[in-house]
Amino acid sequence: MQRLARVETDTAAPHVGECVTIKVALAGQPNVGKSTIFNGLTGMNQHVGNWPGKTVEQKTGGCMRGDKQFDFVDLPGTYSLTANSVEERVARDYILHERPDVVVAVVDAAIPERSLYLLAELLLLPAPVVLVLNMMDVAAQEGIQVEPRVLEAALGIPVAPMAATKGQGFEALLEAVVAVWEGAYPYNPHRPVILPAHQTVLEELITWVAAAVPKPYPADWVALKLLEGDDEIVALMQSALPAEMWTRVHDTLLSHEDAILDIAGARYAWIARMIRAAVVRPKVGQMGLTARLDRVLTHPLWGTLALLGVLAVVFWLTYAIGSPLQGWLDALIQQGAGALHDTLQGTLPHWTIDLLADGLIGGAGMVVTFLPILVIFFAVLGFLEDTGYMARAAYITDRFMHAMGLHGKSFLPLLLGFGCNVPAILGTRIIETKRARWLTILLAPLIPCTARMAVIAILAPVFFGRAAVWVAWGLVAVNLGVLAVLGIVFHRFVLKGEQSMFIMELPLYHLPNARTIGLYVWQNVVAFLQKAGTVILAASVVVWVLSYFPADGDVTQSYLAWIGRGLAPIGALMGLPWMLMIALLTSFVAKENTIATLGVLYGNFEATLPALITPPAALGFLIVQMLFIPCVATVAAVKQETRSWAWTLLSLGLMLVISLGAGILVYQVGTLLAGG
Amino acid sequence: MVPLTALQPGQAGLIHQLRGGHRFVSRLAALGFTPGAPVTVTRNHGIGPLIVAVRETQVALGRGEANHVIVYLEEDGDAAVSQG
Repeated sequence: MQRLARVETDTAAPHVGECVTIKVALAGQPNVGKSTIFNGLTGMNQHVGNWPGKTVEQKTGGCMRGDKQFDFVDLPGTYSLTANSVEERVARDYILHERPDVVVAVVDAAIPERSLYLLAELLLLPAPVVLVLNMMDVAAQEGIQVEPRVLEAALGIPVAPMAATKGQGFEALLEAVVAVWEGAYPYNPHRPVILPAHQTVLEELITWVAAAVPKPYPADWVALKLLEGDDEIVALMQSALPAEMWTRVHDTLLSHEDAILDIAGARYAWIARMIRAAVVRPKVGQMGLTARLDRVLTHPLWGTLALLGVLAVVFWLTYAIGSPLQGWLDALIQQGAGALHDTLQGTLPHWTIDLLADGLIGGAGMVVTFLPILVIFFAVLGFLEDTGYMARAAYITDRFMHAMGLHGKSFLPLLLGFGCNVPAILGTRIIETKRARWLTILLAPLIPCTARMAVIAILAPVFFGRAAVWVAWGLVAVNLGVLAVLGIVFHRFVLKGEQSMFIMELPLYHLPNARTIGLYVWQNVVAFLQKAGTVILAASVVVWVLSYFPADGDVTQSYLAWIGRGLAPIGALMGLPWMLMIALLTSFVAKENTIATLGVLYGNFEATLPALITPPAALGFLIVQMLFIPCVATVAAVKQETRSWAWTLLSLGLMLVISLGAGILVYQVGTLLAGG
Repeated sequence: MVPLTALQPGQAGLIHQLRGGHRFVSRLAALGFTPGAPVTVTRNHGIGPLIVAVRETQVALGRGEANHVIVYLEEDGDAAVSQG
C-alpha cells in the first residue's frame, strides 16, 4: 500500500518533461533472489532477449519514480567475475564497456559470507555499488541476525535490506541508488586487498602492463586478473604487450600459479572482517529447515522415491487438469472454424474460405489448445524451481545421468521436454560445457512432449482398445530407453574427452513467490507461442496448400498424395499405406498434425483404420511417431542454440534413421511372430 | 591429508589444497573452497556425487571433483587450526 501511495504522489509531481535516466545493472550470485528483485522493480515492463552474439539470456526493464527513469539490466547470475564461463564474461564486460551509473549487488542475508564474494570483485570495477541484503526474512527464519547499518559502516557503501518475495525494501533501494548517483551519499568503499605475499608482484605487474592496457580496462584490475590466471585477460595482454615484455609477464605469472587461491582466500578474509560485527549466527548444532528437509530429499533411497513422487504429481496435475481444458478448447475452435465457414459461404472463393477456416484457424488453434497443459506444467516446475527443490532433483539424478557422460544439471532441461521440446533446448543453457550441452540438445527431442502424448492418447485406443494404457507407457519407456542408449553410445564412442565438472550449489529452501512463478510461466509460454506459433502457423498453411491443390480439395489427388505415394516403398517396409506416411510427414510441422492429417485423409479414422493395418504395423507406426524427427520449431531451436547446421542435421538424420529403423524392425519381427 | 571422498557423512576437515586445472581451482575458490576453510561432508554414499557444507552453503560435488579437494582431517587438523 505504501508503495502504491508513493508512486501516486510522485507521478503527481509537477516537473514532468525534465526526465533523467539512471542506468542500473543488477548483479548477484545465482539463487540470491536477483530475479525476484528485477521482476519486482520492472513488473511486466521488461524485455527478455539474448546478449548480443551470446546464447545467454538478457533481461532489461525499467520503471519511473517522479522525474527519474530507471533502466535496469539483469546481469547473469555468477559466483565470481573471472572468465570461467560466458556468463561471467558477459557480466563484467557490461560493467566495463557499458558503464552503468550504479551497480546493485544482491547478496543473500542468510548466507552473507559466500554471497559477498561477488561484491569483493565488483568493488574493483569502475562503477559505484549499492549492496542489497536480500532474504532478510529467510535469514531470520534460519536464526541469522544481520545488521545492515553495521555492515554499511564497515563497507563504506549503501546497504539496503530487502525481503523481495514479500515486496519489502524496493523504495529504499531506489532511494539508495539515487543518493549514490547524485553524489549525495558519502561513497567511500573499503576494497579488499591482496595478501602481502603477492603485493610486490602485483605492483610490478601493474607497472609493466599499465602503458599497454587497452581502454576501458583499469590497469590494476587487469594486473590482478592476470595473477588470477584469467584466460581472457591473459589473451588480451598477450596481444597488447610487446613480445619481450609479455615474456617477462608470463614468466612471473608462471612462478605465481598458486596466486588464485591466495587471492580468493584474501577476499574471504576481507569478507570475514566486514561481517564480523554485523552478522550473528545461531549456535552450532541448531538444525535449520533446509537441513531437516534434506535429510530425506537428498537421501539416496528416500530422495529418489521422493523425486518419483514429485514427478508423478507434476504429470498428474498437468494432465488431470490440462487434458479436459484442452478438449474443451479444441471443441471450441472447431466450432469457431465451422461457424466461420458458414458465415463466409458464398462471399469469397471457396478455397479462400477453406484456407481461413481449416488452414489458418486449424493451425493456430492446434497451438492454442496446448496452452492449458503447458501453463500448468510450467507453473508446477516454476514452483519447484523457486522453492529450491530442482537442485536436489539434479543431485539425485546425477548418478543416473553419469552413464551418458552428462550430469545432474542436464536433468532439468530434459524434464522441461515433457512439456515442450523447445523450452528444453533453450533450457540447456544452464549446462556449462559445450560437450554436455550439445549432447543434451541431441537427446532432448527424444523426450515425448505433450503434443506427441496427445497423439498417442488418441491413436493407442483406436488400435489397442483396453491395452492402450500399457502401450502408451511402453512407448514412453521405448523413448527413454533409446535416449539412454544414444547417450551412452555418444558418450563412449563419439564425443570423447572434456569431461564436465559437476559443481552445484544447493540453495536454502524458501517459500515460492507467486509473481516469480507467474513470470516464469509467462516467459516460457511466450517463447513457445513465438517459436511454435509462427513456425507452426506458416507450416500448416503450406501443408494445407499441398493437400488442397491442384485438385481443388480432393486430397487423394493433391500434391501431398503425390509425395505420399513416393514414400510408399518405405511405408511398405512398415506395413503402412501412403496416407500414414503423410501423417508422419506432416507431424514434422507439429506433432499433433498427425491426427488432423488422418482426419483429412480418412474422415472417421477411428472406425476405418484398425481394419486397414495389422497390429504389428500399428505398433510400428506409434513407435515411429514417438521417435520421429522433432517438429520444425524444435529444429529451429536446435539450430539457434548450437549455431551449427552440422549438429542440427545430425540430430535430424539420427532421429529419422532410428525411428524408421525401429518401425521396420517392429513390423517385420511382429509379422514374423504372428505368422509363425 | 585425504581427499574429500574419504570423509564419512558428518566428518569435517580443513581445506588444504585443490588439485586440478586452472578453471577447476578458480571455480571452487569462488565458492569458498580456499585453503584453511572448514568443510563438512553431509552426503557421501560411495557412489554418486557428494554434498559438502562450505562457508554456510551446501555444494554438490561430483566424485571426480571431490577427489581433487585435499583436506586435513579434524583429528590431525589441530595444528592447522592454530596456524589459521
